Amino acid sequence: MLRYFLTRLAGAIPTLFIIVTIAFFLIRAAPGGPFDQEQTLPPEIMANLQRAYGLDQPIWAQYGRYLGALAHGDFGPSFKYKDFSVTELIGQGFPVTLELGSIAMALALILGIPIGTFAALHHNSAADYATMSLAVVGIAIPTFVVLPFLGLLFGIYWHWLPVAGWEPGSIRHLVLPVAALALPPLSVIARLTRANMLEVLHSQFIRTAVAKGLPLHTVILRHAMRPALLPVASYLAPAVASIMTGSLVVESIAGLPGIGRYMVQGALNRDYTLVLGMVIIYSTLLILMGLAVDLLYAWLDPRVKLER
Amino acid sequence: MSGLLDDAARRLRSNPGAMCAMFVVAGLVALALFGPWFNPNGSETLDWLHVASQPALQSAHWFGTDRLGRDLFARTLEGTRVSLAVGAVASAVSLAVGIAYGAVAGYVGGRTDHVMMRVIEILSGLPLIFFVIFLTVIFGRSEYLLFLSIGAVGWLTMARIVRGQTLSIRRREFIEAAVASGAGTARIIVKHVIPNVIGPVVVYATLTVPQIIMFESFLSFLGLGIQEPHASLGTLIAEGAGEMEAAPWILLVPGGFLAVLLLALNIFGDGLRDALDVKER
Amino acid sequence: MAPVLSIEDLTVSFSQPDRSIFAVRQVSLAVAARECVAIVGESGSGKTQIFMAAMGLLAGNAAAQGSVRFEGSETLGAPAPRLNRIRGSKLTMVFQDPMTSLTPHLKIGIQLAEVLVCHAGKSWSEARIDARRMLERVRVPDPARRLNQYPHELSGGLRQRVTIGMSLLCEPLLVIADEPTTALDVTVQAQIIDLLRAMREEVGMALVLISHDLGVVAGLADRILVMYAGRIVESADSAELFRDPRHPYTAALLKCIPSLSGPRLERLPTLPGQPPQPSDLLDGCAFAPRCPRAAERCRVERPLLRDAGDAIDGGPDGTDNGGNAIENRSSAIENGGARRVACHFPLSP
Repeated sequence: MLRYFLTRLAGAIPTLFIIVTIAFFLIRAAPGGPFDQEQTLPPEIMANLQRAYGLDQPIWAQYGRYLGALAHGDFGPSFKYKDFSVTELIGQGFPVTLELGSIAMALALILGIPIGTFAALHHNSAADYATMSLAVVGIAIPTFVVLPFLGLLFGIYWHWLPVAGWEPGSIRHLVLPVAALALPPLSVIARLTRANMLEVLHSQFIRTAVAKGLPLHTVILRHAMRPALLPVASYLAPAVASIMTGSLVVESIAGLPGIGRYMVQGALNRDYTLVLGMVIIYSTLLILMGLAVDLLYAWLDPRVKLER
Repeated sequence: MSGLLDDAARRLRSNPGAMCAMFVVAGLVALALFGPWFNPNGSETLDWLHVASQPALQSAHWFGTDRLGRDLFARTLEGTRVSLAVGAVASAVSLAVGIAYGAVAGYVGGRTDHVMMRVIEILSGLPLIFFVIFLTVIFGRSEYLLFLSIGAVGWLTMARIVRGQTLSIRRREFIEAAVASGAGTARIIVKHVIPNVIGPVVVYATLTVPQIIMFESFLSFLGLGIQEPHASLGTLIAEGAGEMEAAPWILLVPGGFLAVLLLALNIFGDGLRDALDVKER
Repeated sequence: MAPVLSIEDLTVSFSQPDRSIFAVRQVSLAVAARECVAIVGESGSGKTQIFMAAMGLLAGNAAAQGSVRFEGSETLGAPAPRLNRIRGSKLTMVFQDPMTSLTPHLKIGIQLAEVLVCHAGKSWSEARIDARRMLERVRVPDPARRLNQYPHELSGGLRQRVTIGMSLLCEPLLVIADEPTTALDVTVQAQIIDLLRAMREEVGMALVLISHDLGVVAGLADRILVMYAGRIVESADSAELFRDPRHPYTAALLKCIPSLSGPRLERLPTLPGQPPQPSDLLDGCAFAPRCPRAAERCRVERPLLRDAGDAIDGGPDGTDNGGNAIENRSSAIENGGARRVACHFPLSP
């Protein structure tokens, strides 16, 4: 198992390398520069700025410098937030986004799986239709509509929760963003779980388990759950991608100081190093998630593991 | 082939939710297209007398106005038109790209197919928004970029489906006849493969429309898509989110429109998929 | 002595959007302690559904009417907690295909031990020891290693041994074996039959053997019930049935069994035609379309199950020689070993 993990990890590093390289050269090759939006500066000052940021060097030299800095965890200075390096910005923002995203993911699983199981057990009942209808709503309506609506309801009309803003360690500020972020993956997980649970419950081995006189919760938890969750495991990587995408919106609307917001700002401001840094972070996260899902799959289905 | 579609049409008709959704979509489209004739206000007119006024059926502005006095109903309808237009165009783009890619991969097969599918696999795993943001950084905000990147949303699934269909007809007699008569690969693909896979593919194309509309709204919301003074539902919602406390209707009207549109499209799409795929239950 | 299982007038139907399908029609039977009863019939004859109903395993769209008593208490419609006390412990079932009937992601040891943990209140470690002992009893070699393996790592024959062992863990009073050898190779089939015989001697449980193959049940059954189209058409002690079948269907089934002695045939005899669909409503005898002895009466009037005795032909009023109509009701249970046939023109002895 460990060997499998290490081989896969080793395979992921070249992918990351390629991503970084392509990103770097694409950015440098782009028309315009990071200072174009400033008012036109006298040429000497432009030249100074260029030199200060190393932009006057041949491109290969810049690339080499960048990689070297990267190896030390240095993403370079932000072109827009003059006082901060990208590394610092990432350091500030990443924990916030991580907290937001992981709570949302956990919520999606913790609520989605039982809801889907419940719906499967009460197949074709009113509760089944109700939950699945809610799931459709959760999938169809985009996060940037849901969050303001929630904010309107809970923040402005009912004054229960703050609409935006963030304080370290505050839970109240996280409730609405997490809810809006978790809603789409929760709905998908509930639907997937329900569909698969229904199928699994008709299997022969479930019939055997029931014939053995095992109580319902044992049949579900010990015999039905693992095969029913396999497709959910496949969905985990897209779920993380969806949460990453959603975090851009949620952080922007709710004013949370996470890297999602920096990503959007970086795009709007054409802040090269910031965006480059973000791309690297997100790509790494995704690749790691892919690995984790593979491992999870192997654990869930012993037939896969034994083929290694 | 037509028997299959007839069967599917019948199944679809017996699905009340899907039929209802279809009418809702049709209604919204009609409203977007013909609504302005019933609305005395233009979407660009600034009505200084009624800045940020509430919706009221008696007033001149049924759905209220925004911060600049523009009639919200008119703006929302324009936004809907833009979203629908972008959706249609981008769907067509992704359809064209996907069909070409998938037909080539499916027909040529072998190594080429393998490589082409690997590319799709890798691209599927990466969230598109990051590509778009990346490209925006490089090329700046432009509406052409918008169309391109939105078209990129749907082509992956389209290519996969087309490839699957191509694989299943590759061995049929008329293809072999065409090969025997000396037709070149490109010609075969264009004249024989594509016309025969188009049927179910077009149907699947309609399933990508809500995704595309959602993506466009998303980009516009973030400020990376449609730019002022044009409005799409996404930009309107972004405006509304900023005015939430003082004038919630500026958010609720376009937000409601988008929500209903997407919901109806999704339900209809689900119904369509159920009708086509007998194994789904 | 009271029978372990008594089924009275059981009818099982499945409701579909446009019609109802009757899988089991008014079946009554009884199984005494330590007895081995075989239920034989083609697929679709309803033989499995009888016991699905008995164990509360019917599908969601199925309805069962009548009465099924296990050790005196009614199981039809019983609430799950009450059923769960009996099934898996005193009333157990062995299913046809051990590959699909064992849970693929759980080790054998767990699937065995959980029965004891659930029903006998043992701890997991105690249960594992008992499980290993059971594997030895069902002749699984290297049992300690097998406990830690997954079902797909065992051969078909071994898996079936495990399933049989699983059914015996709590010293059941009745084991229902549904086509236990059908999914196995011919060579392994004989081994499994031997195993069942040995276990019967060791454990002393009653056994219901469901099969479509008379040859399989020959060496094991005390009594055989033949089913056709959801009804019992003949019942007799095993030896008598083979020697002297009364129902034309039974006779035809016997002819289908290839035999090592006797003349070598060019083609194996088969029955012409198909059994009726469970959704067909039948006038008269269900077997009439395929019966070489069928007469007009057979197509119009359904023959009731009655004592065969030595009568060549049952009386025209649907009674046996003694004037007793015994299709349903308690006499089916009292005279468990009686010779019965449902035919207007049964074969002569």
